[in-house]
Amino acid sequence: MSPLGELFHQELRVINLGLEYFAEEIERLGVPVIHVAWSPPAGGDPKKAALLAALADEDEDDA
Amino acid sequence: MSIKTANQTTLQRLTEAQPFLVDCVPAAQAMGLTERIVLHAGPPLPWERACATVQAAICCAVRYEGWAPDDAAAADLLRRGEVRIGPCHHQAAVGPMTGIITPSMPVFVVENRAHGNRACVTINEGLGKVLRFGANDASVVERLTWLAREAGPVLGAALRATGGIDLRALMAQALRMGDEMHQRNVAASSLLARRLMGALARVGSDAQAIARVADFLGANDQFFLNLAMVAGKATTDPCRGIPDSTLVVAMARNGTEFGLRVAGLGDRWFTAPVEMPKGLYFPGYGPEDANPDMGDSAIVETIGLGAFAMAASPSVIRFVGAGGFQEAVAATEEMAEISLGEHPHFKIPTLDERGTPVGIDIRKVVETGITPMINTGIAGKVPGTGQIGAGIARAPLACFEKALEAFGRR
Repeated sequence: MSPLGELFHQELRVINLGLEYFAEEIERLGVPVIHVAWSPPAGGDPKKAALLAALADEDEDDA
Repeated sequence: MSIKTANQTTLQRLTEAQPFLVDCVPAAQAMGLTERIVLHAGPPLPWERACATVQAAICCAVRYEGWAPDDAAAADLLRRGEVRIGPCHHQAAVGPMTGIITPSMPVFVVENRAHGNRACVTINEGLGKVLRFGANDASVVERLTWLAREAGPVLGAALRATGGIDLRALMAQALRMGDEMHQRNVAASSLLARRLMGALARVGSDAQAIARVADFLGANDQFFLNLAMVAGKATTDPCRGIPDSTLVVAMARNGTEFGLRVAGLGDRWFTAPVEMPKGLYFPGYGPEDANPDMGDSAIVETIGLGAFAMAASPSVIRFVGAGGFQEAVAATEEMAEISLGEHPHFKIPTLDERGTPVGIDIRKVVETGITPMINTGIAGKVPGTGQIGAGIARAPLACFEKALEAFGRR
């Protein structure tokens, strides 16, 4: 059996990223789930995300 | 300098400032206001773009100074530029709501003993029909006149006799007593009264005058708000002009626009249309009666108090209509997402002595989309109404996006 197939024969423990609705549905089915509130940087705006990345690099230079 | 080093410098200045309340004197003397000028809250604002509530307060202040007999004559002087208007922030001062300061008004003087700079603020007028909420009738002018003639000189003499009151220590204590220093100041006002009463009695020769000042102080739970604000201004001014720092050093609203300043971007304001606060209204009023958000009081959030300290003040979150204790903790935790550090002196007992979140980073705001939360009073949009409620406002994301773009081009 493939590793992925084995996974579904074990007790499921789920980490859900992003849309909270998915976590709520899994929880409703009695499966333990940890929801991580996450969204793309700057709401997904690539120009702003690039600017943030450039400024974050400056931050790391000093670390 | 790297951004990281610059931000640590700013954070250190934000948290290690030593604001001491040292005096109360007319603004003309403390701030050098010698011309006909009316200072207002928020970023710069041309007279024509001011909302009706701010215009009413400015005209009332012109009448109070005796520069015009009525509002029509006052507005004429303002349109012709014979009375100028300008932001409190540009004169090392702050003002709540409409934020009006004129030369003869008494102002509290706070000295930041860590840096040697000073900042000023008016005496809080109390609740109800007051100039800061745009009320403008005869009772408003009468109270302002009493503050200038009696309360200001008495408070000034008492403060000079104390040698200065340590506001950071007082605010740290009040935080432990349930104040967040924006919409709840009852503990801080009481602690200030304890410090002042002995000095008031010793310096005053007129027992009735002392009694009137003591009664005025004792009847106003928000008396300390202006002092929390001026402590914030004295704290943040030395943070302006730290190259390469992305931390916010001022947030202010003028009823038309919201503006912010960033440590590494000098004196520039980054503005966007101001938002409407959401909250609870006094009986008979609703959202349709509200003026857009205004005041320099968001300087309190800038130093890690107000909504940033909501978890220390569960009663405030009910007052502003935003839930209960769990929501108060969530508000502080959310503000921690956009802050660089925790305040080493402002501790929250209900969060196991963690410090309040402080040092708003424009990068974190743009990255997460989480905007600073501000506890605020709500003024009526019809001039003369005064306060109609209290609630929570959010800083517009657009200000932070503009500031970040400017930072990228620096």
